[in-house]
Amino acid sequence: MLRWPTHPQESALFTAATTQLLAASGGGGGFQPPSISDFFPPPILFAGTPFEFNRIQLVRLVVTVVVVTVFVVGARRAKLVPGRGQNILELVLDFVRVNVAEEVLGTEKAKKYVPLLTTIFVAILALNISGVVPLLNIAGTSVIGLPIVLAAWVFVMYLGAGIRAHGLGGFLRTSLFPPGVPPYMYVLLTPIEFLTVFVIRPATLAIRLVANMISGHLMLVLVISATEFFLVEAGPSLKAYGLVTFGAALALTLFEAFIAALQAYIFVVLAAVYLNLSIQEEH
Amino acid sequence: MIATVLTGTVLAAEGSGNILVPAGSEIVWSTIFVAIIAFAFYRYALPGFQKVLDERTARIEGGIAKADSVQAEADAALARYTKELNEARAEAAHIREEARIEGNAIVADLRAKAQEEANRILETGLRQIEAERQQVMVTLRADVGVLATQLASKIVGESLDDEVRQSRVVDRFLDELEASTAVSIKGK
Repeated sequence: MLRWPTHPQESALFTAATTQLLAASGGGGGFQPPSISDFFPPPILFAGTPFEFNRIQLVRLVVTVVVVTVFVVGARRAKLVPGRGQNILELVLDFVRVNVAEEVLGTEKAKKYVPLLTTIFVAILALNISGVVPLLNIAGTSVIGLPIVLAAWVFVMYLGAGIRAHGLGGFLRTSLFPPGVPPYMYVLLTPIEFLTVFVIRPATLAIRLVANMISGHLMLVLVISATEFFLVEAGPSLKAYGLVTFGAALALTLFEAFIAALQAYIFVVLAAVYLNLSIQEEH
Repeated sequence: MIATVLTGTVLAAEGSGNILVPAGSEIVWSTIFVAIIAFAFYRYALPGFQKVLDERTARIEGGIAKADSVQAEADAALARYTKELNEARAEAAHIREEARIEGNAIVADLRAKAQEEANRILETGLRQIEAERQQVMVTLRADVGVLATQLASKIVGESLDDEVRQSRVVDRFLDELEASTAVSIKGK
């Protein structure tokens, strides 16, 4: 074990340096910094097959079971005069229907896409929240696969909606050749629009979500393991830092819960906007 | 310090995988979980809530419609009762008016009958009085004539024995008497 310096300023620098050292050496005990390898845990089951099952999938499985159970049982027991639990579920459903779908698409067009937006919102919200749920401790959306699947679903839906509304040619024309522009500008605009519609929109949906969840997890793990280190393992002169990082851990947990809801909201709002861009007459 | 650690961790993670490139199993499981959630939502959860929502809307609309119809019925009933009440009032006034007229007629009739009766009684009385007067007068004429003749005979002697003269004298006397009586009645 290293001998800890007693000067406070020196100790801070020393801590940062030491953690790197310890992390690099992978030594037992001491400060455990968060690592990208958190998102690539070793397989639990079916190692080496396409069904390789690791801790992330386990978290997703738990969340899926909980969400499906809550909503299916909730729907079964739904009554004309709602109870407390039903009120909460209806609050979520109404939020997506009114504040996202109808707000963006208009009441008439929204009807068709409310199930899609509701499903995606609830799935993302639940999988995000698992990042601050004890024992789960990692967001199901913090590994790129799930955001990609959801973004692909939205991508297929908005392409399909556009083609159904305008026909294949009509959709490509309205998407790639925005009206009201001098023809020679299409040399510039059409590649940009093509990239936007076919690459940037789905890619940003997936990356924004996964990046938020990854950074949230890293920050939370950082302050929590720092707290553990300061309070348990560090010398007496460093214990006070533990209180600071503990406060930060509390604040970040709340912040991550907020981010979980915010990212779910952003994802469905953008999905609704993309759908609307595809089906509207001129844009 | 955080930045340092984060940079360090990202660099350190080179071996474990790229955060933007999914492994095959990632996509497989993600698709399975999303499919499960989507199936449960599309098949059970959302239709279940939608059903309750529609039912609630229908119930509320039904309630409003029912309230409207009840209100309309109440309005109609009120109108009907008001109308009936007005009719009853009008009829009562009519009956009262008729009764008043009838009463007046009855009173007038009775009064006329009473008047007639009174007149009749009066006339009968007068006629009876007249008859009695005639009778008295006839009796008196006979009696007074006899008595006066007897008295006059006694006074004048036998000069008036002649029947004709006697009768003439008595008649003249009575006529005078009658005339004086008539004058005294008139003078009253």
